[in-house]
Amino acid sequence: MILGYNTLVVLAGCALLGLACGTVGAFALLRGRALMADAVGHAALPGVVLAAMIVATLGGNPRALPPLLAGALVAGVLGVLAVQALTRGGRIREDAAIAIVLSSFYALGVALLSHVQTMPQAAQAGLGKFILGQAAAMRAEDALWAGGIAGFCVLICLVLFQRLRAACFDPDYARVMGLSVARTDLALLGLIVIVAVAGLQAVGLVLVVALLILPAATARLLTHRLPVLLLVSALLGALAGALGAAASAFEPEWPTGAAVVLAGAIFFTLALLLAPERGLLPEAWRRAHRRIAATESHFLRAAWEAQEAAGAGPGMAGDRWTPIAALAAARGWTETYASRLALWLALRGLVARADREIHLTPRGAAAARRAVRAHRAVELHLLGLGATDIAGADRLADLVEHGLPAEMATRLLAEPSALPASPHALGPKT
Amino acid sequence: MSQSTTTPAPLAITHLTVAYGDKTVLWDITWQAVPGLTAIVGPNGAGKSTLLRAALGLIPSIAGEARFFGRSLDEVRNRVGYLPQRASVDWDFPATALDVVCMSRYPRMRWWGRVPKAEREAARGALDQVGLADLADRQIGRLSGGQQQRVFLARALAQDADLYLMDEPFAAVDAATEQAIIAVLRRVVATGRSVIAVHHDLSTVPSYFDQVLLLNGRAVAAGAVKSAFTPDAIARAYGGRLNVLEQAVAEGGLQ
Amino acid sequence: MTTEDFFRLDLPALLAAILACGSCGLLGSFLLLRRDSLLGDALSHAVLPGIIAGFAITGARAGLPMLLGALAAALLAVFVIGLVRRVARLESGAATGAVFTSFFALGLMLMEATGARSVDLDLDCVLFGQLESVVWLEAQGFASLLDPVALAALPRQLFLLAAVAVVLAGLVALLWRPLHLLCFDPDYAAAIGLPARGLELALNLMVAAAAVAAFEAVGSILVVAMLVCPAAAIRLLTDSYRAQVLGGAALGAALGALGYALAGPLPAAFGQNFALNAAGVIGTLGGLAVAGAMVLRQLRNASPKPAIISG
Repeated sequence: MILGYNTLVVLAGCALLGLACGTVGAFALLRGRALMADAVGHAALPGVVLAAMIVATLGGNPRALPPLLAGALVAGVLGVLAVQALTRGGRIREDAAIAIVLSSFYALGVALLSHVQTMPQAAQAGLGKFILGQAAAMRAEDALWAGGIAGFCVLICLVLFQRLRAACFDPDYARVMGLSVARTDLALLGLIVIVAVAGLQAVGLVLVVALLILPAATARLLTHRLPVLLLVSALLGALAGALGAAASAFEPEWPTGAAVVLAGAIFFTLALLLAPERGLLPEAWRRAHRRIAATESHFLRAAWEAQEAAGAGPGMAGDRWTPIAALAAARGWTETYASRLALWLALRGLVARADREIHLTPRGAAAARRAVRAHRAVELHLLGLGATDIAGADRLADLVEHGLPAEMATRLLAEPSALPASPHALGPKT
Repeated sequence: MSQSTTTPAPLAITHLTVAYGDKTVLWDITWQAVPGLTAIVGPNGAGKSTLLRAALGLIPSIAGEARFFGRSLDEVRNRVGYLPQRASVDWDFPATALDVVCMSRYPRMRWWGRVPKAEREAARGALDQVGLADLADRQIGRLSGGQQQRVFLARALAQDADLYLMDEPFAAVDAATEQAIIAVLRRVVATGRSVIAVHHDLSTVPSYFDQVLLLNGRAVAAGAVKSAFTPDAIARAYGGRLNVLEQAVAEGGLQ
Repeated sequence: MTTEDFFRLDLPALLAAILACGSCGLLGSFLLLRRDSLLGDALSHAVLPGIIAGFAITGARAGLPMLLGALAAALLAVFVIGLVRRVARLESGAATGAVFTSFFALGLMLMEATGARSVDLDLDCVLFGQLESVVWLEAQGFASLLDPVALAALPRQLFLLAAVAVVLAGLVALLWRPLHLLCFDPDYAAAIGLPARGLELALNLMVAAAAVAAFEAVGSILVVAMLVCPAAAIRLLTDSYRAQVLGGAALGAALGALGYALAGPLPAAFGQNFALNAAGVIGTLGGLAVAGAMVLRQLRNASPKPAIISG
């Protein structure tokens, strides 16, 4: 497919728009204001329709973008003011106010739209595309407008970066420092209104809020640092915008807004699943890993302690054969389960297996000694504090010992002291 | 604290361990409440509210259990009353003081129709006990802070339970309300029932309560106020924590 | 306008508007009292992929599969919102916004992909509602109201709406007190042994059912207006639970009837020839109702009354 000049300009405009939404959205999300874009977007509809009616009545071209955007801007600001008026009494909370404003303004727009359709000047032509967006219908001129507005917003964000950061992270501190949070909030609100309005033609008023939330939420999953977060959010927004525009060029009937938002939603879902620190899959992997490691160490310690119980002195165990049955009894495991664990540890090279018995390998013995050490260190520490009785110490130590960093274990029980004897009797669990 | 063979303890907690995410708040708590008026005291973050909430099954525990009168909570729901921490409720909510008190009896009424007369009278009686009978039909947002707290106390009382778990019943009330509330609690205990209250003011423990549990992540001391509420025990509860372990858990997570 | 026209065109649409807006108005109070109005917004959007899937699987605009699909989508959305809140650590508004817009976008794309829109479930219905398409072609006049043959030909949207409205009203009556406590103090409800989680789930499903039933009449977005506006208007005027819930339903139904009448039939009756989108007028009236309630409240507060005792 050869991209014409128009398509390229539209693509660039949508990308720039996404960039601006991503940037403003990051601050809006951090300040808890992201949904305001939903109110603004929906509230813009009656503004757009009224502007088209007025222009058509005056004999102008009802498809010219600037008057329509001006109408959207006025209506968007009215929407914001309406939200603030509704919440002032305290009885209606902001989320309800946003829902009231977006739905009733939108309803007014729908009623007006149905009226416009009966007007003779064909003023309604193309107004529907503002609802779900239709990038394919954008002319280069429209894209330049949208892109220009978007660029302006990004610029403002950069200029106000320090203030916005202060307002988002620690509004109280910002106030103490003499920065006016109220004025910064107002600026942020203004930016939200402007990007929401600029995004109408490409993304549509129903879904423009998603282009503010999704990239920013994705970036938040990936990083904690604000400059990085901004950059990632802006880039993801740009990418989503460009993909939506490309989809629209490819299939002009598709609602561009839906394509843009789906692209953003896919990024978000991927981040939700795969983000290294917070993602679901890495978290599940870490949890499974911890559980396996804990079970391994319980097994090794049981093997060690079974030998101690069988007569090897503390610290001297490690070179005898141990019946799996004894070990299973000590942990309260079934023998089948213990045998399966033995097989796994044999694969890991930590134990050697014979008929119903195991023997620690040198590596296994070292690991077992470490596990015993950590367990007893915690037990003795707890008993020293008088935190609990002997049985309680054993139970608690089982819970926490695997989290002990080596440095902590050393602090609790200084090397090269000999391994202390277990404070409780070793043997089958009761 | 002797193990009575005839009547089981109103609340017996064994080996209760609770964590929020990676942070363990309660470590292996084993404690038996004695009938009477008991205070749970300890520094901020000691897990006092957590103990009550975990015992009531409102938050999951990693290990251990709580038994009420020797049975599981589900078997004796009606015998256990609860006063949450001065709730984060919406004070604009469309409910009168009487409505709020009636709520405690919802589980034993049918769910639809008018509130039965007997139930409404019981609720009125509870409001009367806390001295708010005159304000029964006032919307809750139009009561003062102390009155609001007393409405919630009345709601707990209306449950007509044998054991009340109260989370900071004296939080954010004036001195007169505090006196009124403690008088009500004394009357409750005098009828052979028990109250376990999370309390934050050490200075009033000896005058208000019979029994005490000093808590700081673990049970530091428990027993009659006279014997257990010693300067040494208080110092242990408010002094050192299980720092080393907490750090270890924070870094490595609980298995 | 003839009587026949009234029965053929206006009566079924009017009934649909009343039932849809009444159901939403009834449930809106619970959302508002739970400080969770956004959930209405979210569910009314999030059911779209479920509706489309139900439509695509059966290939027809049948009520029940679409309803079931929508309920499944609503449950999924509620679950995903919770997951996103926990994993991405977003405040609930942002998490809700991220999820429902994604669901809605997915629904729109599904609509394209399955060709649903080309048959008779189209974008206009989603965006503007199709109250005007609820017609009763068999109607001849008053006599038709008693004629079983004619009654059987009533538009099936009406049957679905009526069934949903009756079930919802019954459930609200049945769960009257538990819902009161659940909205006020969910923690306490759980502590004294009410099935708080189950009630929450039931409430979400009820909202989703109302949203689906009203979807055909007023469209996805105007459902939000009916879920929030009547309840909010009443909320400004009363401190009684009964008045709040019943008033919300009544105001919703009244706005539905008035909005439909103002959109066309009433002007036509006075010889004015213009027709507006009925759903749009209904939603606009919803906003005006809230504004009117605010003014009333201001007036009432301004007039001398016994001082409010505050803590």
